[in-house]
Amino acid sequence: MADCGEPDGPGNKDDITRSKNEGKELSKEEKQRLRKQKKQQKKQKERKNEKSETEKEKTPVSLLPPPRPVATQKAPSALPAPASAPIPVPASAPFHSSPAPSPADKPAKSKAELKAERRARQETDRAAKQPGSSSSGIKTKVPLSELNPVVKRLPEHVQVDDPAVVKRLAKKLERQQIPLRSDYGYKVSLFSHLHQYSRKAPLTQQLSIPSTVIHPSIVRLGLQYSQGIVAGSNARSVALLHAFKQVIRDYTTPPNEELSRDLVNKLKPYISFLNQCRPLSASMGNAIKYIKKEISNIPSQCKEEEAKTKLLTCIDRYIEEKIVLAAKAISKYAIEKISDGDVILVYGCSSLVNNILCEAFEKSRKFRVIVVDSRPRLEGREALRRLVQRGISCTYVLISALSYILPEVSKVFLGAHALLANGYVMSRVGTSQIALVARTFNVPVLVCCETYKFCEKVQTDSFVSNELDDPDDLMVTRKGKTQLENWQDVSSLGLLNLVYDVTPPDFVDLVITDLGMIPCTSVPVVLRVKNLDQ
Amino acid sequence: MELQAVLMAAGGGSRMMDLTYNTRKPLLPVGNKPLIWYPLNLLERVGFEEVIVITTKEVQKMISTDPKMKLDVKMKLDIVCIQEDADMGTADALRHIQQKIKTDILVVSCDLITDAALHEVVDLFRAHNATLSMLMSKAHEFTETVPGQKGKKKTGEQRDFVGVDGTGKRLLFMANEADLDKGLVIRKSIMRKLPRMHIKTGLVDAHLYCLKKSVVDFLADNKSVSSIRGELVPYLVRKQFSKSMTSPNVNDEADQKLKKKDGNANLEIQILSRDEVLLQLTRERSCWNDHRGDMSEAYHGVRLRCYVHIMDEGMCYRVNTLAAYIEANRLAPKLFDEPAVHPSAAISVRCLIGADSIIGASCQISDKASIKRSMIGASTTVREKVKVTNSIIMHGVTIEEGCNIQGSVICSNTVIGRGADIKYCLVGSAQRIEPEAERTNEVIVGTDQLMEI
Repeated sequence: MADCGEPDGPGNKDDITRSKNEGKELSKEEKQRLRKQKKQQKKQKERKNEKSETEKEKTPVSLLPPPRPVATQKAPSALPAPASAPIPVPASAPFHSSPAPSPADKPAKSKAELKAERRARQETDRAAKQPGSSSSGIKTKVPLSELNPVVKRLPEHVQVDDPAVVKRLAKKLERQQIPLRSDYGYKVSLFSHLHQYSRKAPLTQQLSIPSTVIHPSIVRLGLQYSQGIVAGSNARSVALLHAFKQVIRDYTTPPNEELSRDLVNKLKPYISFLNQCRPLSASMGNAIKYIKKEISNIPSQCKEEEAKTKLLTCIDRYIEEKIVLAAKAISKYAIEKISDGDVILVYGCSSLVNNILCEAFEKSRKFRVIVVDSRPRLEGREALRRLVQRGISCTYVLISALSYILPEVSKVFLGAHALLANGYVMSRVGTSQIALVARTFNVPVLVCCETYKFCEKVQTDSFVSNELDDPDDLMVTRKGKTQLENWQDVSSLGLLNLVYDVTPPDFVDLVITDLGMIPCTSVPVVLRVKNLDQ
Repeated sequence: MELQAVLMAAGGGSRMMDLTYNTRKPLLPVGNKPLIWYPLNLLERVGFEEVIVITTKEVQKMISTDPKMKLDVKMKLDIVCIQEDADMGTADALRHIQQKIKTDILVVSCDLITDAALHEVVDLFRAHNATLSMLMSKAHEFTETVPGQKGKKKTGEQRDFVGVDGTGKRLLFMANEADLDKGLVIRKSIMRKLPRMHIKTGLVDAHLYCLKKSVVDFLADNKSVSSIRGELVPYLVRKQFSKSMTSPNVNDEADQKLKKKDGNANLEIQILSRDEVLLQLTRERSCWNDHRGDMSEAYHGVRLRCYVHIMDEGMCYRVNTLAAYIEANRLAPKLFDEPAVHPSAAISVRCLIGADSIIGASCQISDKASIKRSMIGASTTVREKVKVTNSIIMHGVTIEEGCNIQGSVICSNTVIGRGADIKYCLVGSAQRIEPEAERTNEVIVGTDQLMEI
């Protein structure tokens, strides 16, 4: 707003400055006149700068994909809005140069266009102030229209304390005829922006019993998720794809619709329902994206039966490639890293890590395993059972004994729920603890993760996006007494049952994926390669 | 479609012949609604849109003519008639309608009055992919005096022994006292897999079962099973832990061919479904187990699973004895909130009607009548100065002046003469009680019924 000093239309300015100096409020007409003058000045300035700025205008947009803002939650909602506006404007800016005559002769420009232009100028000013780091940045030839979706809004499931968002979600669910699951119990203030559900209040309470709105296999799947019968990233994805196969089998195209569009619309309420039962995992999200893409790629002249069999084989192939074969590839790489006499530490029950250890044992590597477990899930017992059943000699400790046991350990193998775009590992709560302590003891930490679990989210702490499990799980009954039975009556007590945490890449030495063994910081490269492939 | 509802309404009410010799059991009035209305209402509340009703021709006629049924029941009723004297058991009836059954079924008995949350039973069925899921409730003592009982307390009905696991959901053992000769026999295989079993005896079986479709197909092949509760359910519970049931290989074809000869094993083959490979992969990758402490996988690899939901609180009655019928009449009005006094009843101003009484349609209650804790059926006439306490009066009854009726059950179309004093009696249908009669603790039925044994 440094334009106030410039000379402009005669006469009126004196009045305005006089009234400003006198401290009076500008009258309406005076304000309008001020605004018009500023617009004219800006237009002249823009015409001068736009030739030199056309190149720079592209860069502010490419610099804009902001890492998911961590500390402030309100600021990002303001960012996406102005960021999306300047994108169409720079494209149109070169066109404005041709009608060279003074814009002062065109008072009839719409307010929206003027606003957009103003914002564009703000962005260019901001970009001009930044050091010339733009050219070294990503110089991919991404067309302007695709830059829009890079800037995303915060998802609804991390904005539970915002009543407007909650209302929007309720409306959306009502439209899809899916019941809304209500939160349960007192939420710790740091995590009050997340949902917290009770396992004793399943979503099926509010559904009709022969479920007609939602396909029965999806209802069954939702129940299995919320009760924890299907748990673990891989298991959940496979179960999801299995349920989708049944949905596709039972699907018939309504008379005036196309399969490619209608089936995607049919899947949306099911996905909302599953989200209500338990928040979707990153692997499930990627699987859903893949299926939606496959469905929308079906040519319209394809007959229904053909299309269905095509989709079913696609799903089978996805599972085969991304889960089964990936596990085999990862085992192959990981076995190279296991030598005789190793003492391997694992945490919780990761299906991939168990797979690796079992295969290594079959290839006659001599090692022993230390299984670390933590409450309230106590998943390590299941891992222990599976390993001991194969004949591997195991030790079992709780996570509180970690620093006592680490001097014996030669390697740490961890599983992952998802690998984030900035190299952070999202895994069961407690994993970052293990990685941290292992780092202090100089024990190598290897994370095993299939590429279909890589997601484009960026997170640097475990607060912003997490999952809160049922707080009643923390209650334990010993000798007939449950101390925390009436925890809800104590007003100053809150129970927190976190599910995930993020581990920084400094603590992870190697990530073993089906593409090979990569350092943690190469995850964005893999993501980029994947995106280009698709 | 997920579940089909089947309502068994062909039973004769063999344990309360005095009530049912004229009115069939499904049509006995409870709280002035026919007994069959209650399970139909339960199914409708939960969200069913169609029900297959298996019943006799008589009942079907009554259902189609009864105005109350037509108004209140909005579901589509698919009525299947069977012969009255064919002596069909419930499993035989299922075999009869096998053609209509396309998916898993929910079998309900017509004499069930409950406010249970059905989703608990069905959730067990869905989540664990169970073969059988049923509802049971803690039995309540009946407190009301039963008319016609000659003094002594009733002979203890044969007890049911129900064994559940630690969570209280998985059904491990079920036997009736009548089937056990000397003692309770529990297989070693069960004890090895699930060493902790809770055995309960004070439970009422609600006769509400969720069954997989493969069970119906199995019934079609095995014609020897005739009753669901008596034979099929104990068979399924026993079969869970028999040797042939533990995770066979999907590719074990030779094994399957051998088993085809044995009719019982058909059940096992039918449980295998499509996409078994994917389900197995899910189970392998999932870090969940339903038990701990031993080396076996979830469910011990058992494919046939039976679950039970035991209700702690809430109402659950099976109206198959006189005592249960009276108790149900006491409590059934709480299930629905219709006005206690039907709007079309003509009630004079000076009569005294207690708060927990129900007056049916088109009744005529005259002056100075006093009605407490009672059920008055439709089209009943109650004349002056009549005292009715703790009783159940069915339709079309005429009670002349000055009568005193206490703790009794008066069936339909009876006429009670002037000044009669009836205490704790059961008066059969279409009887006439002479005036100034004094009856206590008697069962008054017509002579032509006495020969039915």
